[in-house]
Amino acid sequence: MKVRVDVDACVGAGQCVLAAPDVFDQRDEDGMVVLLVEDPPAELEAATEHAALLCPALAIVVER
Amino acid sequence: MTETATDLRSDLASFPTARDPECPFDPPAEYADLREQEGTPSLACPVGVNARVVSRYADVRAALADPNLSSHAAPSTHVVPGGLLDRPVAPGSLLNMDGAGHARLRRLLTPEFTVKRIQALRPYVQGLVDDHLDALLEHGGPVDLVEHFALPIPSLVICELLGVDYGDRDRFQEQTAVLIGTNSDPAALEQANLEVVGFMTQLVLTKLAAPGDDLLGRLIVRAGENGQELSVEELVTLGITLLIAGHETTANMIGLSTLALLRQPDQLAALRADPGLAGTAVDEMLRYLSIVQFGVLRQATGDVTVGDETIKAGEWLVAALSAGNRDESVFPDPDRIDLRRGATAHLAFGYGIHQCLGQQLARVELQEVFVRLHQRIPTLRLAVPFEDVEFKNDALVYGVRALPVTWDEEDNR
Ligand code: HEM
Ligand code: SF4
Repeated sequence: MKVRVDVDACVGAGQCVLAAPDVFDQRDEDGMVVLLVEDPPAELEAATEHAALLCPALAIVVER
Repeated sequence: MTETATDLRSDLASFPTARDPECPFDPPAEYADLREQEGTPSLACPVGVNARVVSRYADVRAALADPNLSSHAAPSTHVVPGGLLDRPVAPGSLLNMDGAGHARLRRLLTPEFTVKRIQALRPYVQGLVDDHLDALLEHGGPVDLVEHFALPIPSLVICELLGVDYGDRDRFQEQTAVLIGTNSDPAALEQANLEVVGFMTQLVLTKLAAPGDDLLGRLIVRAGENGQELSVEELVTLGITLLIAGHETTANMIGLSTLALLRQPDQLAALRADPGLAGTAVDEMLRYLSIVQFGVLRQATGDVTVGDETIKAGEWLVAALSAGNRDESVFPDPDRIDLRRGATAHLAFGYGIHQCLGQQLARVELQEVFVRLHQRIPTLRLAVPFEDVEFKNDALVYGVRALPVTWDEEDNR
């Protein structure tokens, strides 16, 4: 799995951080998304996909 | 917010329609028909215009994510007879801004609401909830849970966030309770409004002179460092936006969800037995209750595609959050409370760029309330017949006007 985030689209709602804290974080200075791992291991794939589904700004793209 | 939606009709020519008094936790039954009928109907709204009403979950998300929708009118104006649809947007009014202006302001504020920052507030919220439970137990039942618990907690959390002096908090809390109370008379309301604006202005001026380590202080410093200094007017409007958006909503969620859970003893027992359930429980209750009961209003600024229809520039659109949250294609058996459902993708906080900025804070407050209230007062129950509880059918944010509760002597420890 490959993950991309679009920081320009992000609105900092933090849904991704709640759903997959090992994959996403938020920058301290502006609350925008930070991708911690670009290719999450199998055990984090479900949570990563859920985060992409939750994101209100369509800022997370997951490719298989 | 005391404006009301009057003269609701119960056919599909108009929106909204009235709830069935027998099912006070469910949206009007007609919304299920709306989801099932094809397309996005144009329905007459009390404000005097027609709006395309979007009711299916996938359509609500698609619409609210579309950049061709403007939020310039306040989110519930459609249900307010005589409401102003073309009022100029006040500087700092985050909810009503669009595009780059909205993004700029939202980014200045977002660091205050990140998951990490809000987790750091959790011990404060816990202490606040416990203090209020101590006071309730001391007072003894019956007592109105809205007045003594649901209203003060979110208000004091906002005081903490904004950095209001401890000595001023009682007064602040009293005035904001009047401001959002549905029982306040117009004169008291006007007075409270003036006081809150005056209070916020004073607070902003104090923080501008000496920015402290609180939301407003940090916001002022951050904006300055980015070369985007905020005016007094912008800061006051932002402060009041946070106050109103964060107080009325959370307070109503506390009252209404407590009542709904008391009516579902099996679910409540599961929550009491496993506090780890609080996270999913809160999201499920947000979905089930959808307290922003009339949805959110938008106006198209260009073509917007919803399903296989196009909404044209100039048309109004209402995203019916409560209807989308009961869409059975996404939430099986949608009219049932299932605290284990894992309904995190609900629409109760909206969707798109305006999705609730304070949602992590709301979650933490509600989680602490859900766990502590029922653990410390396990025999909590209604002190009046259920039929006597008054619901805010006309208020923009749904809830109960009062919630008289009581408990067994043995809980008073
Ligand atoms: C249960 C509690 C809450 C509910 C149900 C709720 C619901 C909502 C909804 C539906 C919106 C979107 C409005 C729209 O799209 O036009 C929104 C936006 C907003 N909420 Fe909340 N809210 C809650 C708690 C809070 C809290 C605690 C705060 C902060 C202290 C807050 C601050 C905001 C702000 C600032 C916005 C505007 C965001 C923007 O326009 O970018 N809310 N809320
Ligand atoms: S869920 Fe989307 S909008 Fe929210 S912080 Fe993550 S990437 Fe940004």
